[in-house]
Parts: sequence; C-alpha cells; structure tokens
Amino acid sequence: MQIVDRRLNPGGKSLANRQRFLRRAKDMVREAVRDSAGERSLKDMERGGEVTIPASGVKEPHFRRAAGGLREHVLPGNKEYLEGDTIPRPRGGAGGGGSEGSPDGEGEDAFRFALTQEEFLDLFLEDLELPELAKKRVVEGDASGVKRAGFATQGSPANLALGRTMRNAMSRRLALRRPKPHELEELEEALRQAEETDPAEAEALRGRLALLRARSTRIPYIDPIDVRYRQFEPAPKPIARAVMFCLMDVSGSMTEGMKDLAKRFYLLLHLFLKRRYKHVDVVFIRHTHEAKEVDEETFFRSPETGGTVVSTAFEEMLKVMEARYSPADWNIYVAQASDGDNTSADNDRTAHLLTDRVLPACQYFAYLEVGREDDGGPIGFMPRETELWRTYGKLRAAEPRMAMRKVRHRKDIYPVFRDLFRKGAVEGAKS
Amino acid sequence: MSVTSDRLLFKGADWDFDTLRRIHDACEEIAVGELGLSMYPTRIEVISAEQMLDAYAANGMPVLYRHWSFGKRFARHETLYRKGFQGLAYEIVINSSPCLCYVMEENTATMQALVIAHAAFGHNHFFRNNHLFLEWTDAHGILDYLEFARSYIMRAEDKYGEAAVERVLDAAHALSSHGVFRVPRRRVPDLASEEKRERERRQHEERIYDDLWRTIPGPKNAPAAKAEEARRRALLQLPQENLLYFLEKTAPRLRPWQREILRIVRHVEQYFYPQRQTKVMNEGCATWVHHRIMTRLHEQGRLTDGHYLEFLHSHTNVVFQPTFDDPRYGGINPYALGFAMMEDIARIATAPDAEDREWFPDIAGRGDAEAALREAWANHRDDSFIAQYLSPRLMRKLRMFHLVDDQSEEELQVGAIHDERGYRRLRRALARQYDVGRLDPDIQVDDVDLTGDRRLILRHRVLDRQMLEPEEARQVLQHLADLWGYGVLLREVDAATGAVLREHHASARPGIVE
Repeated sequence: MQIVDRRLNPGGKSLANRQRFLRRAKDMVREAVRDSAGERSLKDMERGGEVTIPASGVKEPHFRRAAGGLREHVLPGNKEYLEGDTIPRPRGGAGGGGSEGSPDGEGEDAFRFALTQEEFLDLFLEDLELPELAKKRVVEGDASGVKRAGFATQGSPANLALGRTMRNAMSRRLALRRPKPHELEELEEALRQAEETDPAEAEALRGRLALLRARSTRIPYIDPIDVRYRQFEPAPKPIARAVMFCLMDVSGSMTEGMKDLAKRFYLLLHLFLKRRYKHVDVVFIRHTHEAKEVDEETFFRSPETGGTVVSTAFEEMLKVMEARYSPADWNIYVAQASDGDNTSADNDRTAHLLTDRVLPACQYFAYLEVGREDDGGPIGFMPRETELWRTYGKLRAAEPRMAMRKVRHRKDIYPVFRDLFRKGAVEGAKS
Repeated sequence: MSVTSDRLLFKGADWDFDTLRRIHDACEEIAVGELGLSMYPTRIEVISAEQMLDAYAANGMPVLYRHWSFGKRFARHETLYRKGFQGLAYEIVINSSPCLCYVMEENTATMQALVIAHAAFGHNHFFRNNHLFLEWTDAHGILDYLEFARSYIMRAEDKYGEAAVERVLDAAHALSSHGVFRVPRRRVPDLASEEKRERERRQHEERIYDDLWRTIPGPKNAPAAKAEEARRRALLQLPQENLLYFLEKTAPRLRPWQREILRIVRHVEQYFYPQRQTKVMNEGCATWVHHRIMTRLHEQGRLTDGHYLEFLHSHTNVVFQPTFDDPRYGGINPYALGFAMMEDIARIATAPDAEDREWFPDIAGRGDAEAALREAWANHRDDSFIAQYLSPRLMRKLRMFHLVDDQSEEELQVGAIHDERGYRRLRRALARQYDVGRLDPDIQVDDVDLTGDRRLILRHRVLDRQMLEPEEARQVLQHLADLWGYGVLLREVDAATGAVLREHHASARPGIVE
C-alpha cells in the first residue's frame, strides 16, 4: 500500500478544458455577459460571477428515448395500492419517473456556471479599444521586473550556470596543468612496456606517473571556486500609465438619477482603463459656478447649489494637470457628465479652453449628456438641444478625439459605452 | 465499554499519514482475514477539493485527453459546489492496478477509515473479482492507455489542428453510448487452431458421408445468391451494434488518425461499461464491506463509541431510501438497495426461515455468509443479481410495487405489489429496470449499400413503443453521417411487428472528411 499526497500537485488541471469550453460557447457566453451587465451593479461586475447560457449550444447529443410508449417502474414505499389499482396520471410526466433524470443535468434548458473575474472582464470588454493607446510610455519606478545581472559566486542551485562553471573549471585545469586522463593512460601503457624491457626507464616512468597522479588528485576536476550562478536583479520596467479626469456638473439641476448614470459611466471607464494600463489614477472634479477637486465620496454624494459655469471645471483640470500629470508622461482621458446646462456667456470660453488646451493634451474626451428618464418630451417634438451639446457639436467635426453621447436610462449606459470604444470607432471618425 | 487507549487507531478527528497507514492495516486484517477479500494493491492519494472537482470532470480518471465537454462538466460542478448546492464525494476509486483511491483532505479520521474500508477494500475487491470487469477492462493497462490516448490526441491537435480533432471527438462522443461491445467478441482464431478445426471438420464429414443425401431434391441456385449475401454481411460484420467500431473499421473516407481517435473514445467507453451495469452490486458490496469492517473495528476496541456513532451517522445517510411520494425521492438508491440485499444474503446464509429455504435452496443455511456473497459478487451484474437474489422479505420491507405507465391508457396501473402473487413479477420488473440491454436503445448497423450511393442503413428496434427523441437523434445522426462521409438512414422499427415507425435521414457535411 502506498500513500501519496497529491495536494501539492499544481492545480488548474481542468483549466485547459475549461478554456476550450469557453471558446466553444464564446458567442453565447459573450451575449450572456453583456445581458447580465445591464442588471448587475458595477461593483459586482469586477467580481465576475454566474452566467446562464442556453443549453442547446453546448449540448452533447446522444441517442435517447423520448417520453411515451409503455414504461414500467418499480417503486419503494407502497402504502395503500393493491394489484390492479389504477392511479390518475400525475401531471408533468411519467409516474414517479425516477429513471428519467439524467445525472449531469443534461436536458435542462439552460446551462449555468460561474466565470472568474478575469474571464468575465475579458468577454465584457472584448473588442473594445482605447483610442491612442500607448502613445506614451514612461518609466515608473515601482513597477518591478527582473533582469539578468551577470554571474555571481553564490546563489541557489536552480540558478546554477552550468556552462560558465564548466568553462571556469576547464581553464583552471589548463592553467594548473592538471594531467589529462589520456596522458595518464599513455604513461601507464609506456610503463607496462618498459617494465618488460628496461627496468631503469620503468623506474623513471613510475616516478613521473606518481607525480602526475598526485597532481591530478590535488587539482580537482571541478572546484567550488569554479561554480557560478546566474544573477538577477530587480529592474524598473517601463509601463504605460493613465489618468482619468471625471468632470461633473453638480448644480441643482442634476438629479440623483442623473448622477447615478454618470457614476455608472465613470466606473465602466475606470474598469476599462484599469485593464489596459497598469497604473490608473482618477481625479474627480465637480463644478457648479466654481470647480473643485474632491474625493470620490464627495463627488457622488454631497449636494451643492449654484449656477453652472463649465469652463471653471476645465480650468481646475488644467491646474491639476500642470501640478501632477504632465501630458508628456501620462495618458490623459477626460470624461465629462452634465445635464447640458451652461451659462450662455460661458459657452465661448468653454469652447476655447477645450480646443486650445484640453483636447491637445488629452488622449480622448468623452462627453456624456445625462437626461431624466421621463424626459422624452412630447411625441413628435424634437427635444431641445442643450447649450453644451450645441457648443460641443460645433467642435466635434474637427476633433476626432472627442465623442459625445446622450443617455437617459441605465440600460443605455453599456451600449453607449461600447459604442464609444468600439474597435475602429475612433479611426473611423478620423478618416 | 472500557477501551484501552493503546488499541485505538486514532483519537479525535485529526489524522496524518501514519494514521492512514494504521487504518489501512487494521482494515486489511479484517478484510483479508475475516471476509476473505482479494484486492489489487492499493494506492491512497490525498487530494483537495479543487482536485476532486478536476477528478469529477474527467470521470475520475487521473489523466484524460482534452476536450471542451470535460471543461463544461467542470464548470457545472464547480458552480454547484461553490454555491453549496452539492457536496463533494468523500472518495473516488479507480479500477486499475494499483487501485487508486482518492480521499479528500477535509475528511475526519473516522471518515477516512470509512472511505478506506469502502473504496480500498470494498470496491477494490469487486473490481478484482467481478467477471464483467475481468472480461471488459484491463486494470493493469488502463493508466498507460489513458496516457497514450492523451498524448496521441495532443499530437494530433498539433498536426491537424485543434478544430479538426475536436470535430472528430464531438462526433465520437455523440456515438459513444453505442460504441461498446455488449457481448464478448469471437476472437479471430490463429492459423494453428484454424487448421486443426478444418481437419476435424473434414474428418467429421468423411465419417458421416452418405451418397444418398445427394439425391434429395432441393431449391436450385437460390442458395448461391444467399451465400454471397451472407458472405458480404459477414465480411462487414453485419449487423453491428458497435457503431464506433464499425466506423473505425469500415468508414470509407476517414484518415488513419481519425480512426485512431474513434478507437480511443471507444476504448474509454468500453472501460466504463461494466461500471454502468454494476452500480447496485458495486456500491452494495463496498457499503456492506465498510459496514462490516467498521463494526469489527469497534468490537475490537479500535474505534471509540463516539467515532462509531459518527460512522453510523454517515452510513445511515448513505443508505437512506426515501419512498416514492417523498419529495426527496430520486429513484432507487443503489447504496440502499445494494446494502439491503447484501445484508439479506448474509442473513439467508446464516439464519434462514422457511420462506428463504423455499426461495433460495442453494444458499439458505449454508453458514458461510462471506463465501455466498463473494460468489454473488463475482458472477453477476445488476439485473441478474436482482433476478437471482431479491428476496420476498426485502420486497416487503421496502414495500415495493410495480407501476405500468402506458401512454395510450388514461391511468397508470399497479401491476404487482409485495404479495404472494406479485413477488416474481416484481422481481423481474426490477431486474429489467437495471438491464443495460433495455436501458440503451438498441441501434444497429443494418446494411450498407456499397455498390450504390454508399448509404448506411441503421435500425432501431423499438421496444415497448419507446421511440427516440427525434431532435437529438437527428443531431447524433448528423455526426454519424459526417464520420461516414455519405448519407445515413435510421429506421425505427417496432420489435414486435416489424413495422417501420419513423425514419431519420442525414447527409454528410464537409469538415471531417474532405
């Protein structure tokens, strides 16, 4: 009898099969992931989770009998039946029908299983891309990798540099003139011949042989001083990093619902940036008639009153950018959410700031106009265009890096997001 | 009861490898010494929950080729397990030599004793001695074969692409339930025995030669055509119920590596075939053995009362049989039925009553219960075992009844109950319920038109008007046609009347064969 501890074996034995399964069901899983995205809260989204796909797509068919015909069952637990009794047919299939159930749950309409966070996000954000990605690459100190750093005399056996060690040993043997095995053999051979013919010569040879043998034991084949190990040292790796500016109008006209929409959009964007860049900073700037950089909680929660001057937000943003995020070092993304109000006098200034200073510095500028859910307007009337929409609309034609969308309902967020970052969307706009 | 602590195998719930070894040795003493069991050498492997899930996905096999369906199974079990809908098995045992027993690291010491007694001795003895396993599986070679299969399929994937291999595997898996031999095949005789037989036949003919036979008038010419037809069918080995075998040997356009993959799937399926036929017996045997061993260990003072109660708690859960109207009812529990029958046989052998003497004259009162059980375990499969050994007393105890569900009738009818008139019919009906020959639809290659359009003709012998599920049958047939390379026709023919009830067609899609 043997006892083997398998717990230490590397895990993930089923990983390859699991990936094959996901690839096989990819279209359906993708669909399911996107459907479920509408329902989940965005926090959940980061966690991965369960999806349900139609079983038909991953069915493994076999020859099976359908229900019907003559069937017999032997059942335990008779209480009152006598031979010849009749029993009304129970609804939903054959009576008792224990033999019908299939062990692996095949035959159900839906197949349900859990995705890891990685798998979920991969599918969720698949075929989206960031415009102007990786234009800038900078050295970031704390990102570590290892690089080779020559050889050392100490190290772990796993890092033993065999070739180098043998080379050292060989040169040492050559330098100290360690006798070679074939030299010894030749000498022995000569000695054997001399012993028969010439005793004096034999004596000399014997002495020489003893000398060489002694030297060969004194000078080892491999000596500890020959041993070398490959050495590695941590090295900073260049990585791309990004900063995301969230600009939001928090004046009285923005309702909680609108803020919620904006929040969802920001979270999606954040999630997306995090997948593409190792390092993502987020800066929250809220504005009424004046703008301020705040933390996340304040940004979404605390109410504020005042007028609406959009240009203040840009000014604040430029200030932060100058202080901390030089455009030369950072990939800059700006997402602005607003209900579209602006003080009329500020429109020109806003447009100038945007075209002259903000857009040249950033990778991408997305403007999200949030509306009330019931704000469809009477049927047959075009909804009034807002101040900002009109202002930005004029700039947009000349600016491929700028995108704008309107959102009224939660369920629109994801489609709008996908639409903005669809592969080729930006190039299409450019050309 | 006073228990001297130095006799105890373990204290508390914790265990280490020494404990496992002590448990194993103590069990072995009883299994070999008192029960007379014979086993393959055992290898106990301690695994984690994650690895148990891996094992689930691969039918418990330690190595298996790669295919998405195993990933699907893994995803399902993992989800059920993580959400708490499903616990994991305490052990998995593999019919190989050495016999692999996977035990979970979470088990308590008592549970380890239980699963070692159950798997390493109960199942192991069954694998080593039951004639189905001896006939159909090669315990010594299976692990090497699986290793070969895995690397062969991996090489094929490298060479011909994953997609191409996957298509063949998909098709083969769809047909796998009809890729087994159900009766032992005639071995192809070698030259020496062939010559010997030929010589004997000639001598026999010379001995009985009588010129008078020549003068008897008979139909002329007809036999020649018939013989030709018979020869053609014999060469193709028609009718053939092993569809994968037929395709492997006969499909005109498959490439050699594709045939090899069919062969691999067929071999793996054949390996599992005995297990499907011996669920009740196999589990009954293992459950009876673990119950016996644990009880003896307790009697010997090697388990405390507390551990024994813990064992009884698990044991009772395992052999629990809800009645048919219980919401927990999910068919007859093979552990429950198997264990009850083994207990019953032991009782009949040692303390029979008049009824037992009438029903089981062979074993009633023969005294040696273990020998009677070992005989049963060696020579039966579920249906024959039940037909032979299910006693009236047990039918009464389980209050079994036979229900006939005829779709053409308004109501269900009680065909037999546990009374004098019903015992035999009840027993026959239950045995039929376990007969794989009836459980799997009987589908055979009937003919193939080799001179014409090469259409393959299959026949489903419809028993009791139970037709195939048409949509699924169509999908399987499509896979079959893809492998065959030409059209396929499946006729569903009533077994009693010979009337054709339904026909399914499929024609080959490009992809597997060019």
